[in-house]
Amino acid sequence: MAELIRHDLVIVGGGAAGLRAAIAAVEADPDITVALVSKVYPMRSHTVSAEGGAAAVAREDDSLEMHAYDTVKGSDFLGDQDVIQYFVEQAPRELTQLEHWGCPWSRNEDGTVSTRAFGGMTTKRTWYATDKVGFHLLHSLFQASMQFDRIVRYDEIFVSKLLVDGGVCRGVAGLEVRTGEMKAIVGGAVILTTGGAGKAWPFTTNGNIKTGDGMALAYREGVPLKDMEFVQYHPTGLPGTGILITEATRGEGGYLINSDGERFLTTRDYGVGSKAELGPRDMISRAIVQEIAAGRGIEGAHGQFVHLDLRHLGEEKIDTRLPFVRLLGRTYVGVDPVHEPIPIRPVLHYMMGGVDTDIDGATDLPGLYAAGEVACVSMNGANRLGSNSLTECLVFGARSGQHALGFVKGSDAGSDAALSAQADEEGGRLEALRGKKGSETIAGLRQELHDTMEAGMGVYREQGGMAKTVQDVQQLKARYADLGLADQSKVFNTELVAALELRNLLDVAEANSIAGLQRKESRGAHACSDYPTRNDAEYLHHSLVYFNEGGEGRYDKKDVTLGRWEPEERKY
Amino acid sequence: MEGETKKTFVVTRFDPDQDEAPRTDTYEITVQPDWKVLDALNHIKDHVDPTLSHRWSCRMAVCGSCGMNVNGEPKLTCKDALSDYGDTVEVAPLANFPVIRDLVVEMEGFMEKFKAVKPWIMVAKERAIEEGTYRQSPEELDAFKQFSMCINCMLCYSACPVVSAEPDFLGPAAIALGHRYNQDSRDEGNAERNEVFRDDGGVFACSFANECSEVCPKNVDPSGAVQQAKLLNVIDWATGLVVSRGGK
Repeated sequence: MAELIRHDLVIVGGGAAGLRAAIAAVEADPDITVALVSKVYPMRSHTVSAEGGAAAVAREDDSLEMHAYDTVKGSDFLGDQDVIQYFVEQAPRELTQLEHWGCPWSRNEDGTVSTRAFGGMTTKRTWYATDKVGFHLLHSLFQASMQFDRIVRYDEIFVSKLLVDGGVCRGVAGLEVRTGEMKAIVGGAVILTTGGAGKAWPFTTNGNIKTGDGMALAYREGVPLKDMEFVQYHPTGLPGTGILITEATRGEGGYLINSDGERFLTTRDYGVGSKAELGPRDMISRAIVQEIAAGRGIEGAHGQFVHLDLRHLGEEKIDTRLPFVRLLGRTYVGVDPVHEPIPIRPVLHYMMGGVDTDIDGATDLPGLYAAGEVACVSMNGANRLGSNSLTECLVFGARSGQHALGFVKGSDAGSDAALSAQADEEGGRLEALRGKKGSETIAGLRQELHDTMEAGMGVYREQGGMAKTVQDVQQLKARYADLGLADQSKVFNTELVAALELRNLLDVAEANSIAGLQRKESRGAHACSDYPTRNDAEYLHHSLVYFNEGGEGRYDKKDVTLGRWEPEERKY
Repeated sequence: MEGETKKTFVVTRFDPDQDEAPRTDTYEITVQPDWKVLDALNHIKDHVDPTLSHRWSCRMAVCGSCGMNVNGEPKLTCKDALSDYGDTVEVAPLANFPVIRDLVVEMEGFMEKFKAVKPWIMVAKERAIEEGTYRQSPEELDAFKQFSMCINCMLCYSACPVVSAEPDFLGPAAIALGHRYNQDSRDEGNAERNEVFRDDGGVFACSFANECSEVCPKNVDPSGAVQQAKLLNVIDWATGLVVSRGGK
């Protein structure tokens, strides 16, 4: 029988949301311990790759109301307005807390925190630490977390199953990668903070670890995934690698230029109005795709692109505000942005959808919570504004930590024997998977998944393409059963981990494609060529997809929480 | 693609379940002109030998996962251009760490050293959120900013001759991190951290070889941090001596 490692609370994922949840929980109660379980060491979490900043009202010319309205409008009115109100209220507190924990925010001459402009935001409210904000935020949080001995880390454990007994989520079973042993880590509640699933697409800013693990874990336990059709293409990724070039380049004054040398966001009507390069991401990504389709792209080794021009900012500003961008340009495309424009094209970046939660981070499964990109608390709706997501990780990470702790206090321990038996069963399943015979390969199935997700679930979608992706994903899921693995070793078997990650990506892709096909309108990041306008009469609702063992996921709807702002035409 | 060439990769392999000692496998593959060393390893993993084990994630030089020794030098493999190498490239795990498997090294010792320097803001009285942010001038920020840029890739431990000879040495990255907090205008924890710095295996164990700063992929200059920390500790110690002789 698997030995149960017991803590009061189990958190899966060591990025911004997970670390913030862990600290919130141990600060709320001096007697509890928290298990922080991650498939990597926490400082490797993908939070580290965020660049441009974190949004919170800081200036006298700004207001919570303006931040809320910008976010609602950015969401194309699919964000829940009660959630957004809470978010903007807590945002300044959370970023101040990070400052007290040592985050090296960039400063004004008078020593106050400096803010910069960002897409879709009315005024400068994006706090930044040059252009490595995710890195500094993650390291500040991780280092601050080390002062709490009651946060007990379980690094490099790949959680492959939620342990559910009596209808309550009470822990996780995970593969200890270095030994190949199954670990059962249990507590009164579980919080998922594992991030998004960008690796279901071939061209993405996301790191190798962004494989939708938490989404798939919850989905398979019957928790619906919400608003999965809404995936964000960031306008500016480097061709070939997909490496992110931050929106802060445009916040600091950069231009987007086509092959004619034309600043097309100012000369043509793409809906962004006078905001130009500081329009929201969904609109700017579409503008770039249209420029390329109209023959005004530039041909490169990795396909067509347009230019991001920073030359007029000058070397001093680039070096003080955007030093990482300069390094990325030089290292990965051989371009020094001080002297040359940077080739860029839209790149899969972020998932607005995720595990359906309420404002406390609670899911339909008692004892299971989620926060950060893995979750859909419905603050981003159909399109997220840049720099809202790091703050979201902090605000809702903290809230889910506090509320999960509240749940722990009212719940019983469950049956040790039942939890242990489930962990043993999961251990047996992984044992059978390791080195198993079969004719399909991880690289082969992953490539086909990438091809169909790019074809069907890109910047622009159409019904036929999405229907084919739904079918393709179902076939890939069936073929996964015949996966063959070569690595027999128990020690640090990354092939086994990749096989588990691929299964998660397939489940998440299923929800993406099913939800996409059902939404016969265009809203935010979901641009459907057959239905080019927004249709509030029929589609002002969230989508839900439920797992269906042995078949296609089941689709359902959920109401949007409106508030002071009724839907209006989204024009800038 | 134009410009593609063949290269031979000699990769260190070790599986404790099967091997008594590390061995090498050789792979000849076609590489693209814009590939980094990591791209070649990922190609081998996906298309040639799925049993090869290595860590990686962000592939943009910020998560710190993919440090390895390439032709004997510690490198961040996602940042290390293949075009800088000849026909044969040797890839081995970082030196001065136990090897778990293949290119994957044991990090637990590093993580303990990291925690030992107390890398968090320490203050006598916690500042309330309602009091707002601290004022910190751009100059005060500059005093520690460089030392906050470490991505924990551990290349400096692989390069450091003192880590090699004295495994208990705190090492460049951990000292730079502790020094980063000592230099932060918001922090009041110098005395506690300096006790750690003055212990055996602390800052005075450094022989000033400067190898750490030469291999650092983020220009953190850990060697500079160690030398500054040494000087500040001498001053701190001398001041303490004067105060105690003054009969405090």
